[in-house]
Formats: sequence, structure tokens, C-alpha cells
Amino acid sequence: MRSLYRTLDRDDVRDAAALAAAIGVVGASFGALATAAGVRPELIVAMSLLVFAGGSQFLAVTVVAAGGGGVAAVVGGILINARHLPFGLAIGDTVGRGPLARLVGAHLLIDEAVAFARARGSGPRARAAYWLCGGSFFVCWNAGTALGMLGGAAVPDPAAFGVDAAFPAALLALLLPALRDADARRVGLAAVAVALLATPVLPPGLPVLLGVLGVLAAGRATRRPAR
Amino acid sequence: MSWPTVLVLAAGTYLLRLAGLLLRDRIRLSDAVQRRLDLAATALLVALVAVAALTEGGGFAGWARPAGVAVGAIAAWRRVPFVLVVVLAAGTAAGLRALGVR
Repeated sequence: MRSLYRTLDRDDVRDAAALAAAIGVVGASFGALATAAGVRPELIVAMSLLVFAGGSQFLAVTVVAAGGGGVAAVVGGILINARHLPFGLAIGDTVGRGPLARLVGAHLLIDEAVAFARARGSGPRARAAYWLCGGSFFVCWNAGTALGMLGGAAVPDPAAFGVDAAFPAALLALLLPALRDADARRVGLAAVAVALLATPVLPPGLPVLLGVLGVLAAGRATRRPAR
Repeated sequence: MSWPTVLVLAAGTYLLRLAGLLLRDRIRLSDAVQRRLDLAATALLVALVAVAALTEGGGFAGWARPAGVAVGAIAAWRRVPFVLVVVLAAGTAAGLRALGVR
């Protein structure tokens, strides 16, 4: 722990703190949104503590709030979090080799911590960055959730505060780096088209799941490099 | 939302994370498969953004919310700090509603 602390870079701490603060804000918007959607407080706290994956938490609450079943919420959330498996494959050596490091490090694995650590190579600095991000993001996500629940419950109509606009914008901001890839943009546009076309004719919640069909738009582009 | 939903989602998510770390030394996913998983997640999230930004109960959500999301999107595209992106999106939607725009 002491050597980990000494390895921390001052700029990394500042950048991670900025990201952690932003994650706290999104956590607050999750707490407020879930409260507004009628999710019981203990379930909101449990989600942020035990799931700790913003995209899937928003999806699960949105699907259930929109009238979808628990199965659709779990399937959708698991599909979103499926990318954590290849992320784990990519970052395994950085997290650490001991059983405790793997068991705890696995729970702290989110997109931002992986991206942050990988940008710092794979040495001691990357390992320090991973644990710094994982730990601070987990604390801020859960503190934000709690504050959002208190704030969201205190107001009669959260829409008056624009929380419903904040969370798609926040998700989009998190997605922008991935969408710099042209192939991902094609997939994204196809997913939007499928989901929006399906929305008026299918039960709520299902159109988002169907958006996964957008991945078919990447067919040709992914085959080319394999030749 | 119920306890089974939360616990199954939590267990599934944790097992996915742990599996990636534990399989690190054992198997190697092809780049194509890894890319497919990543693109599938991107597709779902982008679909969620579109549906959440534009629709409500199967119909149009009204102008205030998409306007707020659009302001947030432009801010994010111009590399405005993330906190400001969230505040600008919420503030725009809230301001428009205060002015009577739905």
C-alpha cells in the first residue's frame, strides 16, 4: 500500500479527482432518477454498491420504469456489462496477480478506470492509477447516489431540474470517445434507427435491447482487417 | 425493481468482471470477437441515449428534454468538462420548462 501511494503521480490524482467528481454527479443523477422512477431506497443503494456500473444501472431503472420486466432489465444490463470481460482480459496484469487483488479489483472494474489505467501503460504507474480510479470512483459513485436520492426525494418533480436531460447527455459524453471510431458511429446510427423505429410499436424497454442489432452495420468493416 | 433483479444483475456483472481477470492467462479472445462485444455495448448505450432523450411512454418526450441533451452533447463535443456537460443539459431543460416549454 505504501509503495502504491508513492507511485501515484500528482497529475494522475488531479485527473482522477476531476473524473471522480463527474462520476459523483452522474451518481447523484442516478439516485435522483431511480428515486423519481419509484425504486425503493434500499434497492437503489444496493445497486450502486453491488452492481457499480452506471450504464447498466440506468438501463435497468429505465427498463423497469418504462414497464419492462426484471428479466429484460437483467438481460439488458448484462449485455451492457459484457464488455467488462474483454476489459478484464486486457487489464488483468495491471490489476495485480494475488487472489485478493483479483477479487477486489474485479468489482472496481469500470470503463473509466480501465481507460485511465491503460492510458498510463502497464507498469507500476498504471497499477496505481487503476486502484486510485477504482477506489475513488466507487466512493464517489455511492456518495453521489445517496446525495441524489436525498435531493431527488426532496423535490416534487425532478423534471423541473432537468435530471431527465442530464442523464442521456452524461451517457453520450461518456460514449463520445468510443464514437470517434467510424465503425462505432455506423453501429450507433443503426442502433438509434432500430430503437426509435421500434419505440412506437413495441413494449417499452424492448426497443433499447433491439438496438444491439446495430452491430450488424459493422459487418463489412470488421471482416476486412482479418484478410 | 426487486431484490432478485438487483442481485442477479450484481452477480452477473461481478462474474463477467472476474472472469475477464481470471481468464487473462488462459485464453485469448480474437480481436474480432472483442470488438463485437464492445460494439454491441456501444449500440445498446447509444440506443438508450436516443430513446431516453427523445421518447416517453412510446411517444415524443417534448422539446425541453431533447434540447437539454443537445446542449449537453454540443458541450461534450467541444470538450467542455464533464461536470459542466451534465449541468448545462439539466439547466437547459429546466430553464425551458420554467419558461413553459414542454
